[in-house]
Amino acid sequence: MTTENFTVVLFFTSNHAFRAEKVLKDRGISCKLVPVPRHLSSECGVCIRIDPSTQDAVMQILKTSYVEMDGAYQI
Amino acid sequence: MTAPIYLDNAATSWPKPPAVSTAVIHYLEQVGANPGRSGHRLSNEAGRIVDSARESLAKLFHISNPLRIVFGSNCTEALNLALCGLLRPGDHVITSSMEHNSVMRPLRQLETEGIALSVVVCNSNGTLDAALVEAAIRPNTVLIALNHASNVAGTLLPIAQVGQIARKYGLLLLVDAASTAGSIPIDMNADCIDLLAFAGHKSLLGPTGTGGLVIGERVDIARLRPLKRGGTGSRSEAELQPEMLPDKFESGTLNVMGLAGLDAGVRWILERGVDSIRTHHQQLTQALIDGLLDIEGVTVYGTQDSAQQVSTVSFNISGISPSDLGFCLDEEFNIQCRVGLHCSPAAHQTIGTFPSGTVRFAPGLFTNDQNISQVLDIVKIIALSVR
Repeated sequence: MTTENFTVVLFFTSNHAFRAEKVLKDRGISCKLVPVPRHLSSECGVCIRIDPSTQDAVMQILKTSYVEMDGAYQI
Repeated sequence: MTAPIYLDNAATSWPKPPAVSTAVIHYLEQVGANPGRSGHRLSNEAGRIVDSARESLAKLFHISNPLRIVFGSNCTEALNLALCGLLRPGDHVITSSMEHNSVMRPLRQLETEGIALSVVVCNSNGTLDAALVEAAIRPNTVLIALNHASNVAGTLLPIAQVGQIARKYGLLLLVDAASTAGSIPIDMNADCIDLLAFAGHKSLLGPTGTGGLVIGERVDIARLRPLKRGGTGSRSEAELQPEMLPDKFESGTLNVMGLAGLDAGVRWILERGVDSIRTHHQQLTQALIDGLLDIEGVTVYGTQDSAQQVSTVSFNISGISPSDLGFCLDEEFNIQCRVGLHCSPAAHQTIGTFPSGTVRFAPGLFTNDQNISQVLDIVKIIALSVR
């Protein structure tokens, strides 16, 4: 297990998480699909984990790609 | 027996590009899991397959947001979703007399539930005068529902022209693209289409059991009721159906292996280009029409002009019923086609072939010039023998 800091971006549905992963990948930004941390949401789906330094760029890209976000959290 | 000549592509396209089977098998053997539910790597891979199919179709239909595509089991389900989901008692809807039962039956049912329906009559060659659609508009009209091309005569309807009319009056346009998606260029915006229903297993080259609805920006999602409600893998704490796209309309596990194949089929189309596919279809269609018209005793329906239709050609031979002819073609000559009413009684009434129907030849991507010549020779022999 890593002890690095990450940002997780949550979505209302995993369909939007898969879309997020694809549009970020197309733009060369690395991200990883991970289960939604239990303390952040009761959702049983997936969210994306990103490097905190890319958060602004990620938010901008997702907003212009019709991906609806439930929020971004530091973990 | 000689190799089959498959001319039933208007029902289901076959054969498929090899990449379609490869994608289906890859899902079944290497992925297998439930998309977007569990969060493990196989589940995520299944989710990516579904997303990829959405993205490919978005490119094909020129829409910027793939999440506005909702998948279902076929075009019929998509049409039912649009019609039953949108229309309310007191609403008026306009359709044409060339519609398939997948549009006509839901509309006739809705008519018994208080929706007013106008069926604009097409010409006997299947063409539609857009001005008649405009003339049918009433103050309570909310929707115009039209096929893009007839599954009987292949005739293309003036979708973009009707789309302009719909915009002018603030109405929505629903297009049944079962016979055109993948073989005729479709641009949701340029063609002013608000709801586009597509079948995965015809010109999109996917497996059966795939289809969906593209929901344009002008459609109020809150107004569109889902056909079914249930598990979506999202908002699981709520007992009410989520409102967001695409989840609102995708309850239950999707046909992922089908969508894997559909994605491969659409990618194959995108690589070649719809225009080049259209050119191929048009050449075969004109050769077929011209050849049939040269045979004594044969009547060809529709415009007899490949520029005005898809690769679906309806005809009859005097002296033999469509069903006998279809049986003879299959049994004696290994030619597969479709005969009868093609689930479109209104269209047959319009072109004057109700209730006996027609024989329908629908060449596909893998039909070649030689196949058409062979088929024409056989039709000639049969036409002579029944004179």
